Amino acid sequence: MAVGDRRVLGRTLRTTGSYLLLSLLSVVILLPVWLMIVRAVSPPFVYIDRGQPWFPVEADWGVFADAWSASDLGRAMALSLAVAAIITVGQLLTSIMAGYAFAFLDFPLKRILFVVILATMLLPAEVTLVANVRTIRELGWLDSLPGLTVPSLATAFGIFLLRQTFLGIPPELRDAALLDGFGHYRFLRRVVVPISRPTIGSLALITMLGAWGSYLWPRAVTTDPSWNTVQLVLRQLTTQEVDSANLAVAAAIISAVPILVLLLVFQRQIIRGLSAGAVKG
Amino acid sequence: MLLPTLVLLGVFAYFPLTRLVHMGLWRPNRFGTRETWVGPANFVEVLTGEDFRTGVWISARYVLLTVPIGLLLGLVLALAAHRRLKGIRVFQTVFSSTIASSAAVSAVVFYSLINPKIGRFGDVSWLSLADPDTALRGVALSSIWQNLGLTFVIVLAALQTVPDELLEAAALDGFGSVRRTTKVVLPLISPALAFLGVVLMVSAFQSFAQVELLTGGGPAGSTETLVFKIFERQSPGSISEGAVMSIGMFAITFVMTMVQLTLTSRKVHYGGR
Repeated sequence: MAVGDRRVLGRTLRTTGSYLLLSLLSVVILLPVWLMIVRAVSPPFVYIDRGQPWFPVEADWGVFADAWSASDLGRAMALSLAVAAIITVGQLLTSIMAGYAFAFLDFPLKRILFVVILATMLLPAEVTLVANVRTIRELGWLDSLPGLTVPSLATAFGIFLLRQTFLGIPPELRDAALLDGFGHYRFLRRVVVPISRPTIGSLALITMLGAWGSYLWPRAVTTDPSWNTVQLVLRQLTTQEVDSANLAVAAAIISAVPILVLLLVFQRQIIRGLSAGAVKG
Repeated sequence: MLLPTLVLLGVFAYFPLTRLVHMGLWRPNRFGTRETWVGPANFVEVLTGEDFRTGVWISARYVLLTVPIGLLLGLVLALAAHRRLKGIRVFQTVFSSTIASSAAVSAVVFYSLINPKIGRFGDVSWLSLADPDTALRGVALSSIWQNLGLTFVIVLAALQTVPDELLEAAALDGFGSVRRTTKVVLPLISPALAFLGVVLMVSAFQSFAQVELLTGGGPAGSTETLVFKIFERQSPGSISEGAVMSIGMFAITFVMTMVQLTLTSRKVHYGGR
């Protein structure tokens, strides 16, 4: 065999090996999802008698419709959507305003206030939970949209991220805008926000992702099942009888579909948002 | 422009801190109608007490069960998917897909797999949810799986910042692919790994959803993480204890973040030097 042939062979083997490895890893990651789908569509008596099959047995795809109607999933998803939308819009507004102030304005105590805001990153929601639940109760906000959303309307992360982005805007642009007679509001709307759209988009997406998946806070400030978010409906379903386990599993699948679609459509933006802070550039 | 932010963070981040201290010093009666002074002694009593200690211990074990394995798996996935191949985007999408799964959804995934009554692997002894010695492992598994996507995308993003020329230069110097990875790539992405480590540690230390859905804290309280214990202490009779535990947890996560940040800022490579 000529040297060239051997090199080609080596490369082909390496490529094949790569594909094999990647496929194997994909199977490992997706296996739980596959078994979950099998579990959902197999009627309970099938696996109670024989253990769960690897492939669907007597598949009953109606389980998704059943889960939808049995668990009030439509209402819960609408509520979760509303909560996520309010939190996302609120966080964008507070982050843009505060980020702008720290990037473009001069005011007394600026550095101290920035540190005060940033320091809340060290203060996880789990720590303040007990006290905040009491505050929400005193405000009469248990089982309400304000209770579910208001404490999450401002975060140090969003402010920090946007301040960094705004600081990257060339000062010449600011000067040019000033010459054109732009006030702060017009400069913000016409220049700063459009230029920073990619970062703002990423922030919006990961905020929405977080709000949709949030569990502990909604769990703590709701008492009435009709205020259950999607995630709480899953809890309700898993604590029920074993016979209805396939409903819980089907509901979990349905609840993840919107996020999966979001992830597929905005993969790049979401990844940029998630890795902000970890990776420069 | 800052006002909304300052009000919100004031009311929901700083006020609760002082409020927790107050709640720790005063204990309400059974109906929550009157409070009596219990003083700093309450802090000592709770923070040295059995419940807090086991909560910290279980949460710490949970961190050890999830973070090192999670980081390693994420690194393996990212190294495997960081190459130029046709269709590599498909694999990258698959590897990042668990981002779409919330903590509750991944708990249901593993509920369907390892629940002792209904799970395909419910009788696998080393991660049985029915055995106090192993239940935490089962819970940890769902957390590892859920975080795989996040870990993968962050490590991959870091890998993509490593300049090709550097790797080519290392190859010319006779570095094989293993040495290129350990001597060039890993040092360069260590800041991202450190960041990820902190994020994963803090979040694992505070896990709640997986625990509540998979085991409800059982069997025999063996999976009652610190947050789980705090969550259960919200009635008038126990809220004072819950508040002190919250402050204890704050101290621990604070120290955790600080220690790891200072340690890693010395060891990791930030370029330039």
